[in-house]
Amino acid sequence: MKIRMTAITASALCLGLAAAAVAQDNPVATREQMMKQVGASMGALGAIAKGEKPYDAEAVKAALTTISTDMKGFPDHFPAGSEVNSAAAPAIWDNMDDFKAKALKLAGDADTVLASMPADQAGVQESIKTLGANCGTCHQTYRLKR
Amino acid sequence: MASTWSKITAAGVAVVALGAATAWALTRPDPHPENYWANVGEADLAHGEQLFWAGGCASCHAATGAEGDALKIMSGGRALPSPFGTFHIPNISPDPNAGIGTWTLAQFGNAMTRGVGPGGEHLYPSFPYGSYARMSPKDIGDLFAYLKTLPANSNVAPPHELGFPFNIRMAVGGWKLLYFTDAPRVELASADDKVKRGQYLVEGPGHCGECHTPRNALGGFETGKWLAGGPNPEGKGTIPDITPAGPIGSWSEGDIVNYLETGFTPDYDSAGGSMVEVQKNMAHLPKGDLEAIAAYLKAVPAL
Repeated sequence: MKIRMTAITASALCLGLAAAAVAQDNPVATREQMMKQVGASMGALGAIAKGEKPYDAEAVKAALTTISTDMKGFPDHFPAGSEVNSAAAPAIWDNMDDFKAKALKLAGDADTVLASMPADQAGVQESIKTLGANCGTCHQTYRLKR
Repeated sequence: MASTWSKITAAGVAVVALGAATAWALTRPDPHPENYWANVGEADLAHGEQLFWAGGCASCHAATGAEGDALKIMSGGRALPSPFGTFHIPNISPDPNAGIGTWTLAQFGNAMTRGVGPGGEHLYPSFPYGSYARMSPKDIGDLFAYLKTLPANSNVAPPHELGFPFNIRMAVGGWKLLYFTDAPRVELASADDKVKRGQYLVEGPGHCGECHTPRNALGGFETGKWLAGGPNPEGKGTIPDITPAGPIGSWSEGDIVNYLETGFTPDYDSAGGSMVEVQKNMAHLPKGDLEAIAAYLKAVPAL
């Protein structure tokens, strides 16, 4: 039993390390994964805003936390030369400070919304407007995909 | 002998002159006659403003990065890169010197729908008159009246920086002969009024095809590729296929409307690049117009 647990722990650890290694080796995959998580979180908020799902405080909190956490780390995954085979626009490396500021602006907006925690569907609709404005503002300049 | 040579020379000169005259006749600027613009009636400013947003005037003619009310200052000055060189977008604010303050409706209308400038010269098709040609004289009158209500601005844009032979305006006449048309871009078998409205908005003022249809080396639309997407003419990246065969083929009409209203795809990806400004413009349109656009995009041939 103990051996089994050790084996499971060890394999879980290996998987974790492998994931971390992939993340370090492949900044494009890492940042794309982060954007997908942010998109999924916006989707979770959007479903509540549109009334497709009932208001759920835990889900709202989780979505906002994911957006905040991911966006704080997001600009760290753009090492020089990593625009190859990605939708990242060369403008990112020409304006790295602005790019970082825009990522942190979304993280900050998510933190602000979290602090006042939307209490119902209408609150979530408002938060989507606040957060959503950031997506296009950044993608306009820094993403090649239309 | 001498008379034979002079006859041959004369004949040669005549042939060249005839050729030149024919070329001139086929490629000279061809504005609508003055009376075409005579009966537009009293301007409907609210309709003019809708056309302002549908036509995306601000996306080129407002200053770079303009937002909110600044989008209504038509100062020009943005640079538009292209395979032919860099176009510098002109001032179309009501300023009498830098802008279009002294233009007549006929001058404005012929620029919009015939690609003919106020001095009777060809305009470059980077200004999408090839799409705006589908707008009626009444549309043009309403839009012109609305533009005149916007703030005047004295900015003067630098001249275009184009390589040879694109820097010869006369050559635009040849381009028009080959590619300029105000005919429908696609024949739709059973188009109801909603689809027809969408066709007008997409093919006309919305000028969606100017980016979403691939172009050949001379800058004409590739035939049979309407809205099929392709390389980005303004730089890196690609422009998506927006026919039912492209990524939006799986979207419902409601998804398309929601995208144009909010900038979000059904899976909460967002608009990017120049589409961000386009979407913000489209969000000003009545919902019925967005629904018409969606219906048309579902009706065009899948490519």
